[in-house]
Formats: sequence, structure tokens, C-alpha cells
Amino acid sequence: MSGAASPTLAGLPSAIVFKALGDPTRRSIFEHLARDGEQTVRALTDRAGVSQPAVSKHLAILKLAGLVQDRPHGRETHYHARPDGLRPLIDWLGLHSALWNASFDRLEDLLKRMDN
Amino acid sequence: MTSTHTLVVERELPHSQDKVWRALTQAPLIADWLMQTDFEPVVGKQFSLRTQAMAHWNGVLDCKVLAVEPQSRLAYSWNTSGEEAGRLVTVVTFFLTPTETGVLVRMEQSGFAAMDDSNYRGAAYGWPKYLEGLERVAGQLEQ
Repeated sequence: MSGAASPTLAGLPSAIVFKALGDPTRRSIFEHLARDGEQTVRALTDRAGVSQPAVSKHLAILKLAGLVQDRPHGRETHYHARPDGLRPLIDWLGLHSALWNASFDRLEDLLKRMDN
Repeated sequence: MTSTHTLVVERELPHSQDKVWRALTQAPLIADWLMQTDFEPVVGKQFSLRTQAMAHWNGVLDCKVLAVEPQSRLAYSWNTSGEEAGRLVTVVTFFLTPTETGVLVRMEQSGFAAMDDSNYRGAAYGWPKYLEGLERVAGQLEQ
């Protein structure tokens, strides 16, 4: 394995989504919202097994990544999942654009090493 | 009929057309710059391209040679395999054109599905599949 064709993930728009969902608690919260629909922070806290401030912090990161949307209602804030937020994870066009540019760099390098 | 996108990447290379053609069509050379492969420049030949697995791709492509015009055009299918079969169904075509100082390589990859919102809703239902190995990917990002 030459380690070829692994585009730099940090340079892709998917990086923030990967980071947001890389944490098991946040993934669990997102999964719960995607499956069961809108929930209050309190309901999410009851399920998550961590403190309400911790849940609020996780929700803020998920919101920043575009994976959840909040809706204030009275004293409570409701959250729902945004399926569209998964878009960068399956952005094949962006992934392949990075892949081909990296591959062409390696092709240039190979051509310099080849006999004429 | 859904509309699709085509990705185009061009690069002018200061080398002979023959040399670039060899780099595109000889398996050990393809492995050096693209991916590990059992490619042969024969129309109808089925082969695979293999790279490291990622969170949303097992790193394996099922391919078939569609066109071989020595020194000038090479086309093959480029499709995701295994459980991810059908997720990506594209065709890669390389065009080689001589220039004053070398050769222009134009890579066209056609067939990317235009993702509308309903695609992502479907993806959301199957989302845990995409997220396997996410900790590992996120770990790479921290470095």
C-alpha cells in the first residue's frame, strides 16, 4: 500500500460534521433526534445520562455543524435533527475533487522518476 | 431521469504522451499515483481500485474498462462496491492532448447524482452506517 489516494480530510467541508459526530454522546443525541423527532433539552438530558449543561454544550456543537436546529418555546428550547446537515458526509464530488488533485500531484512526481 | 454532475480536473504535464499513457495504463504505475489495482488496458476487463477505507466508503471501487484509444483516450467505470454498491455510479475518462511542451491530461468523471433534500433524508435514516469509524476519522483531524 503506497498510502495513495487519501485526500486530506481536514481540508474538506465535512471536517466540522465529522468532528461533531465523532463524539459518542453527540452521536447518540443526534440519532435520538433523527429517529424520534423534536425533543426538549430536558428530555434529552434525561436520556443522555450527563448533566444539562453538558447536553447544552453538545447541542451547541451539533447546531454549529448544521446537524440540529433549535426552536425556543416558552421557557423550554426544543431541538430537531436536520438530515440535510449530513450532506458533507456524502459529498462525493468534493471528495473526488480532492482525490484527483492529490492523485495528479503524485502522477507528476511519478513521471519525473520514470524513464523516458 | 435525474440530472447528474461531471467533475473535470485538468493538468498539463511536461512529458511525452507515450510516457503519460504508460502511467495511466500499467498497473504497477497506477498503484504508484492512484490506487492499488489489477487494471489491464483491454475493453471489457473488470478490475478494482483499492485505497484506505474511510467513514463513508470502504475504499474499494469496482471498475470495467469501457474505451482504450492508445495515447489519446481511456475510459472506465468507477463504482462503489460491496454494501455501498449503487451509492456512486460514475465513469472516468482521461483525454490526452499534445501541447507545445508536453501533454494536457483532462480527467472527466461523470454521473455524480444531484443530491436533493430527499436523498439526504434517506441518508439520515441509514446514517449510522456512514458514521462507523468516525472516532478514527475525527482523530486524524486532530493531528
